[in-house]
Amino acid sequence: MPQSSSLERVLTRISARYRDEPYQLLQMLRAVQASYSHVPQSAMQFLARHLGVPLSQVQGVVEFYAFLHETPRGRYDVRFSDNITDQMLGSRGLCERLCQHLELTPGQPRADGKVTVDYTSCTGMSDQGPAALVNGLAVTRLDVGRIDEMADLIDAGIALEAWPRDWFAVRDHIRRSGPMLDLQMAPGAALEAAVARGASSTLAELARSGLRGRGGAGYLTAHKWRFCLEAPGMERFIVCNADEGEPGTFKDRVLLTRYADALFEGMALAGFVVGAREGFLYLRGEYEYLLPHLESVLERRREEGLLGGNLLGSRVGFDISIHLGAGAYICGEESALIESLEGKRGQARVRPPFPAIRGYADKPTVVNNVQTFIQAAQISAMGSAWFAEQGTEKSRGTVLLSISGDVARRGVYEYPFGVTVKEVLADCGAGAVQAIQIGGPSGHLIGAADFERRIAFEDLPTTGSLMVFDWSRDVVGVVQNFSRFFQHESCGFCTPCRVGTTVLRQLIDKVASGHASAADLDELEACGMVTRSLSHCGLGQTAPNPVLDGLKRFRPVLEAKLLGGTDGPGFDLDAELSEARKISDESLKEGQHG
Amino acid sequence: MSETKNTFTLDGQPVVFEAGQTIMNAALAAGHYIPHLCHHREFKPHGSCKVCTVRVNGWLSASCTTPASAGAKVESEAPDIQEARRRIVQMLFIEGNHFCPFCVKSGNCQLQAVAYHLGMEDTSLPHRFPSRAMDASHPDVVLDRDRCINCSLCVRASRDADGKDLFGLSGRGIDTHLVVNSSTGLLKDTNIDANDRAIQVCPTGALLVKRRGYEQPIGERRFDAQAIECEFESKY
Ligand SMILES: Cc1cc2nc3c(=O)[nH]c(=O)nc-3n(C[C@H](O)[C@H](O)[C@H](O)COP(=O)(O)O)c2cc1C
Ligand code: SF4
Ligand code: SF4
Ligand code: FES
Repeated sequence: MPQSSSLERVLTRISARYRDEPYQLLQMLRAVQASYSHVPQSAMQFLARHLGVPLSQVQGVVEFYAFLHETPRGRYDVRFSDNITDQMLGSRGLCERLCQHLELTPGQPRADGKVTVDYTSCTGMSDQGPAALVNGLAVTRLDVGRIDEMADLIDAGIALEAWPRDWFAVRDHIRRSGPMLDLQMAPGAALEAAVARGASSTLAELARSGLRGRGGAGYLTAHKWRFCLEAPGMERFIVCNADEGEPGTFKDRVLLTRYADALFEGMALAGFVVGAREGFLYLRGEYEYLLPHLESVLERRREEGLLGGNLLGSRVGFDISIHLGAGAYICGEESALIESLEGKRGQARVRPPFPAIRGYADKPTVVNNVQTFIQAAQISAMGSAWFAEQGTEKSRGTVLLSISGDVARRGVYEYPFGVTVKEVLADCGAGAVQAIQIGGPSGHLIGAADFERRIAFEDLPTTGSLMVFDWSRDVVGVVQNFSRFFQHESCGFCTPCRVGTTVLRQLIDKVASGHASAADLDELEACGMVTRSLSHCGLGQTAPNPVLDGLKRFRPVLEAKLLGGTDGPGFDLDAELSEARKISDESLKEGQHG
Repeated sequence: MSETKNTFTLDGQPVVFEAGQTIMNAALAAGHYIPHLCHHREFKPHGSCKVCTVRVNGWLSASCTTPASAGAKVESEAPDIQEARRRIVQMLFIEGNHFCPFCVKSGNCQLQAVAYHLGMEDTSLPHRFPSRAMDASHPDVVLDRDRCINCSLCVRASRDADGKDLFGLSGRGIDTHLVVNSSTGLLKDTNIDANDRAIQVCPTGALLVKRRGYEQPIGERRFDAQAIECEFESKY
């Protein structure tokens, strides 16, 4: 526990760095966590007083985000990405190996306070897993050699800066490019075209392109911008959703790395069109390693007059600041993201009103995906015809797929919308495919019967994630992994999702362990339907998808795990007693120590 | 038809509403009961329990947060909706620890009354039996988190009616829990009072005034005399 006077000095400094602004609470708490490897109770009290917010609110924020802790973590904080694709590459074994070397239990700091090893939701490195975060920074392509060396480095207390550089290397892995990824756009080109055309003609051009949002829902981008433009109010905001939390997705990571200029240009373009002067990039905490790069691009653009007070020498201004998340998938949902930008718990708001009408600080706000902004900029520079040339009637342009799992070449693939699953699988070198998860856990689990289907908003929509499972994989294990993910990420606001995802997880665990009955499958289905249809936001509404798809398309696989076939009992005496045995075992152990 | 201008139908019956009113408040004002737990007409709607879900023109949504709209067709007591509500209430029961026969709120509890109203006969889902902290530190008020359903009514009432802001919801997902706004996190270090609205609005036995248990004999408790829907329907 830090000494109180020095703690207060540090906190005052942190708070001042964020202008003592309550909306910056999450950013401040991130800084406190980084300095003290936890957020001490005294720090919460100080910030509550200092910022004039209730202590329960500060505590509520700390307890909400997975990367903030009330009790100390180790000085080295290692989190293994626990997505199914990492597991398939051996992450679980590597984590156990590290724990053995370091002699600790996952999730608990070692007695000397030096290190914590834990799991976390997908870190967005499915193309180069097994991956982990060390003190928030991504390390990739872990193997036995790296794990053994890591244990030594930690035990020797070597600073992260002195660890092998190539562990932190993140590769782009662009495997197939099309018009979007191939376009070389000079910085400023999109903005100059827009200024020449005028704001309303630019919006018309965007409407003609048919661009739909690339973050999942596929809403027409021009419509969204128009709603915001026409909403009453003096102030407007532009927000880029770079939360990319959908397991198995990493295309935004590559875009942020390679196309940051086009992204910021797209945001400035949106600002020009709707009349906003301020933009935010909400960057998922897992991509903290990208921060210096993104800040330097912002700085360069300010120097070039492409951001800041006098955009393109005009009197209009537009600037962008970056906010980091802290481990919460729900913060990708646009209204939860706005709450998080305001320094609060990431809970989805009641919609309508939609953010375009009432968003950040209750002002009209455009929220778009990284790729959407880039494409909007490209459309401004190249025209709508260039964009609309490819794709289908309802899904114009191209789609970026993040492909991982059992394929020869993991990475990012650009295709015209309308491409069949089969074509994609052939290109990435997938053999003997049992199932794919398209659109991430919130998307769909499909088998060979659906491989002729087309990837497009009107058939198989996707957030870009495509995970491939061959016949050596256990589909129940896949469903289990995703169900755990949703239970872990549910914000807890509404009953059907908070409790429903827990029930689903308990029941699928029961199936996986071979203790479930046919009645449990019925219960899974009934509970899944209620969670899907009554949940407050998109997280709960899609959380049962893995279970429901499993039941619909892979029922025999689930049934094969049932106790006593399809009409056995739903009760296992041995399992029911196991808890009691564990307790008596533990008390025995305690007795020995005592 | 001029009368559809500020009228919607609830299970076929016309309900008149005022501009800006939610379906829930319009229905309650017209003497129609829609099951609910996190709603109280004095406070800002929260929309979290989802017990009040109805079907509006074919779409399911929480009636306590959905604005009434002219000509809307609202279904509330359709069998599939009642079934879904029953599951939600089951979920609330298995989420916490609710031992009704021993609870002082039994007979006066809205969670229990709504369960009866919906014809819930068992919990069917696996119980969690979580271990949750009880706060009996205050001389007059006790917080038994085992019975808390995270409805946030006390949070809103303490902030908006009592002007004290003594509660908040913290944690995430299934670990969501009520916290007390004091340096120790305990009720004894707050200025809570046994007459606070925050305590009165708690729909369950989570927030209770001490030494007031089992005051009415069985048969004379709030929901013994009248089922919850009758009580609401007769109040307006
Ligand atoms: C649980 C959940 C997570 C989401 N995560 C993301 C995300 O990481 N990135 C994103 O762009 N959209 C995400 N979305 C969709 C956003 O709510 C929103 O629709 C999108 O950012 C709008 O941008 P677009 O119109 O450009 O697609 C998520 C939605 C839900 C329900
Ligand atoms: S659906 Fe889940 S994530 Fe969304 S509000 Fe409800 S509990 Fe939170
Ligand atoms: S204590 Fe009562 S009023 Fe407060 S959240 Fe829990 S159930 Fe609701
Ligand atoms: S009463 Fe409407 S959601 Fe709880």
